[in-house]
Amino acid sequence: MLGRKSRARKALSSQLTSATLDNIYDRRSFVIAAVGAGIGTLLAVRMGYIAIAENEKYRTEAESNRVNLSLIPPRRGWILDRNDAPLASNRADFRVDVIPERMTDKEREIEVLGEVLSLDRAQLIDLRERIDQTRGFRPVEVGSGLSYEQFAALSVRLPDLPGVVPQRGFSRFYPTGPSVGHLIGYVGPASAEEYEADRNPLLITPGYKIGKDGLEKQFEQRLRGVPGARRVEVTASGRIVRDLETREDVQGEPVKLTIDGPLQDYAARRIGLESGSVVVMDCRTGDLLCMASMPSFDPNSFSDGIGSVEYAMLREDERVPLRNKVLKGLYPPGSTVKPMVSMAFLREGLDPEETVYCGGGLRVGNRVFRCWKRGGHGHVNMAKGIYQSCDVYYYHFAQRIGMDPIAAMARRCGMGQEFDLPVLSQFYGTVPDPAWKLRKHGREWQAFDTVNATIGQGYMLSNPLQLAVMASRIATGRHVQPRLLYGGAEAPFASADFPAEHVRLVREAMSDVVNGPGTAGRARLPLPDVLMAGKTGTAQVVSLSKSDGRSGPWKYRDHGLFIFFAPFDNPRYAGAVVIEHGGGSGAAYPIARDVTTFLFDPTKGMEALHALEKQWGGTAQERLTRKYAAYAEQAGADVPPVPRREEEIFDRVDAEARAAAMVPVNEATDAAINRSQVDE
Amino acid sequence: MNSVVPAPIARQPWGMLIPLFMLVGFGAMVLFSAAGGNWKPFAIPHLVRFAVFLAMAGVMTLFSRDLVRLLAYPGYALVLAMLVAVEAMGFVGGGSQRWLDLGVIQLQPSELMKPAIVLVLARFYSGLPPSMTTSWRALVPAGVLIALPMGLVLLQPDLGTTLAIAFGGVVVMFLAGLPLRWFAAGAIGAMIVAPIAYFFGLHDYQRRRVTTFLDPESDPLGAGYHITQSKIAIGSGGLTGKGFNEGSQSHLNYLPEPHTDFVFATMAEEWGLLGGLAVILIFGLILRWGLQVAHRSQDRFAKLLAAGMVATIFFYVAINLMMVMGLAPVVGIPLPFMSHGGSSMLTNMICIGSLMMVNRWNRQAPQSRFR
Repeated sequence: MLGRKSRARKALSSQLTSATLDNIYDRRSFVIAAVGAGIGTLLAVRMGYIAIAENEKYRTEAESNRVNLSLIPPRRGWILDRNDAPLASNRADFRVDVIPERMTDKEREIEVLGEVLSLDRAQLIDLRERIDQTRGFRPVEVGSGLSYEQFAALSVRLPDLPGVVPQRGFSRFYPTGPSVGHLIGYVGPASAEEYEADRNPLLITPGYKIGKDGLEKQFEQRLRGVPGARRVEVTASGRIVRDLETREDVQGEPVKLTIDGPLQDYAARRIGLESGSVVVMDCRTGDLLCMASMPSFDPNSFSDGIGSVEYAMLREDERVPLRNKVLKGLYPPGSTVKPMVSMAFLREGLDPEETVYCGGGLRVGNRVFRCWKRGGHGHVNMAKGIYQSCDVYYYHFAQRIGMDPIAAMARRCGMGQEFDLPVLSQFYGTVPDPAWKLRKHGREWQAFDTVNATIGQGYMLSNPLQLAVMASRIATGRHVQPRLLYGGAEAPFASADFPAEHVRLVREAMSDVVNGPGTAGRARLPLPDVLMAGKTGTAQVVSLSKSDGRSGPWKYRDHGLFIFFAPFDNPRYAGAVVIEHGGGSGAAYPIARDVTTFLFDPTKGMEALHALEKQWGGTAQERLTRKYAAYAEQAGADVPPVPRREEEIFDRVDAEARAAAMVPVNEATDAAINRSQVDE
Repeated sequence: MNSVVPAPIARQPWGMLIPLFMLVGFGAMVLFSAAGGNWKPFAIPHLVRFAVFLAMAGVMTLFSRDLVRLLAYPGYALVLAMLVAVEAMGFVGGGSQRWLDLGVIQLQPSELMKPAIVLVLARFYSGLPPSMTTSWRALVPAGVLIALPMGLVLLQPDLGTTLAIAFGGVVVMFLAGLPLRWFAAGAIGAMIVAPIAYFFGLHDYQRRRVTTFLDPESDPLGAGYHITQSKIAIGSGGLTGKGFNEGSQSHLNYLPEPHTDFVFATMAEEWGLLGGLAVILIFGLILRWGLQVAHRSQDRFAKLLAAGMVATIFFYVAINLMMVMGLAPVVGIPLPFMSHGGSSMLTNMICIGSLMMVNRWNRQAPQSRFR
């Protein structure tokens, strides 16, 4: 090359002629042709390399360009009651989500959404808040249950709304709304933490929701189902050209509960304006027929995402509609423990006919403990002690028998026990005994502790489910275990070691509470052939110096309790009603009466409920809706935002409940003034 | 020649025309596919344009050497004036403009400048006494002739066309026999100027094209998208391609500009490596014919003219193919005879017409010598 160059230069430096230039041209054009051919070869080789050697890689990339795989959220399994009626089902609807990450102009898009979906100011604020707080890849629900017109109006504007995903899908539907709120829970989009824990792409599929509370959360895996998938051919701009292949989703398995849906709804509505809970179980199988807790939230509206106004309303309510009172409400059981205490006496060999004279009080140590009836009951045997709820009878014999047998019997009856139920958590209260007090408070058990415990006050705490189990165990004399899932073995429960005549005696006395000369005459069933047995209870909340328990601030009123079973001579159903701050057992047993009536004669039960609901202003759902509207109007947008994590929503109320439960109602000595009473 | 075929037909350079027809026909098929299986809006205009410009080339063939020599400087001046006009209109209109609206056709003067620069330089060197080839008088006027249009096109700004003009001009200078050390010095100078131009002369989008060319995967959804998608289209075609009208990359709009700059990728996706090699081979045949025409010519002007025209076509082909295969930055140069677009078809048919013209001169020259 160099040689040729120097030669060329030599030629050039000498005289150039046309002929030498032609010569140079020939040489140089050869060079150009060679370079051109070289480049052509290079291109051919390069193309061969891309198309053959790297073919597989690029073929895959072309396919991943062309084919878009989208998940079809599986339909959630239904939650059924014992008669296969849905407590939670799915409803086909139109919905809209946004994926914040893909939005280009958030403000403008939110404005357009608000306009098309006619969202009000509070909803817009919520939406902005949620979009700002959500991690980019998680879909945020804008609305569900859209009308077809709204859906269509949004769909045509899609090219201007990147990140907005309208789709047809299914939303969770709870036909009885608030009646099942605490029991079933609700569903919602997975949080960032949940997605982190379970990196399932399904969790960030728009429109997919997971169980957030109650049974929905407990049975999440079973209810979830298998997502379907749709493979579509898409253009670069994301327009779908055609469906390539669709795999249908597999609906989640149903969960069948022992709950009787109509009864659950009835009981929830019957609680009415009060705050409380109703538990009913089948004494033969342990099936929980009803676990109503009111006031509650509407899981239907929670499933759309909890609005801040709604959340504020529920949170500010002193009746804690966010707490499941059946499992997490702890109350002093009051006089409802008396049949159980009587069983303990009988077991220790006390003659039921042995009497004590009640003159309205009993001196224990240097203090007089009063009977609720100031005038006294006169001579009281065990039966009268139960049906007249005479405190002095129990003060007297409890001191003779001692606390340990009573505590053992309480546990045998289910008090202080945690049951094997598919629920997220249960608060199981306290059955105090000398060893417990020493351990917990470092003090010796005193005679007045026994006296307090024997009338269900002082340290004793239980939840309504435990009271219902206690009622069913006393009624049947068997070790009834509550259960929530329908089906499975139905082996008869083991005998609880109660001699038959003990059970008969207590049943008889409890029947007299209602049907005889007892404390709850008004609880008698309006049915000719069924007699209900029960036991009233009134649990004091603050000392007598603060409130008389019946009037004054709601927070200071006594809890009303009632345990029951029916028919009394061959118990089929048992249950418990607890009304928070109801002002006494008179708030509780009419509810038990109506619920039991409904069990045996639904028509008669409904009549009673309809009359009451007319006074109250509609069903629980209607009242909740109205209340929300009024609250929203008053509060406007000045409400605190909803906690980002769903757990926090309930943790707060749970924490408060637990803290409250840990403080004994009052100093044990104060309980000397007992306010059990006969209502009317 | 065979007596069955009439002489005027047998005279035509079929060695070039048949590959050219195949290429244009093939191009029309690819454009048919790029339009989603429709003759409109790409394939029909493509064929019509080719027919019109082929007729034009046929007319050009008839020009005599003297006429062409006479028209070389005025033609160059006219195209240069149009470039200035475009620049002025862009200045008045307040924006960059590349074309003149002549009513029937939107003319890009910068395209016309590619053959014009070859023509004027061929004219210049054929008129230059051979003894002056090594003096400054061989370099400076030619440099000015090249620099003027380059500057104007660069102002538009159109880097691809600027380089095409420079390439055509430099090849003619190279073949004209200018000393090699000048080219070596020029190459060194370019190496020094290139980084400076990169940092100060280029627009942002042009700079980005260069950086993404060096590493297209650095920004697969942004500026590197074109190269990446083009390579996916070519690579996924494999040996025999996905079949006519079956290319997903082009049909689903993943491939940008499937009918213009990236028409080769569109073709390669559906026809595979075999189609690609066929296209490269056909271009090779056409260009080889062009060089043969230049080689056969006994006259310096015709030689330089023909070789310059071949270089101009070659530049298009080489840069376009290197671009779609990820060997060159995206500069916006279409593939001759296959890409949709009137201006590039016009330029390339002027080159073909010039070659056919020189070919006719070659045929006549020996005759006239014998006469």
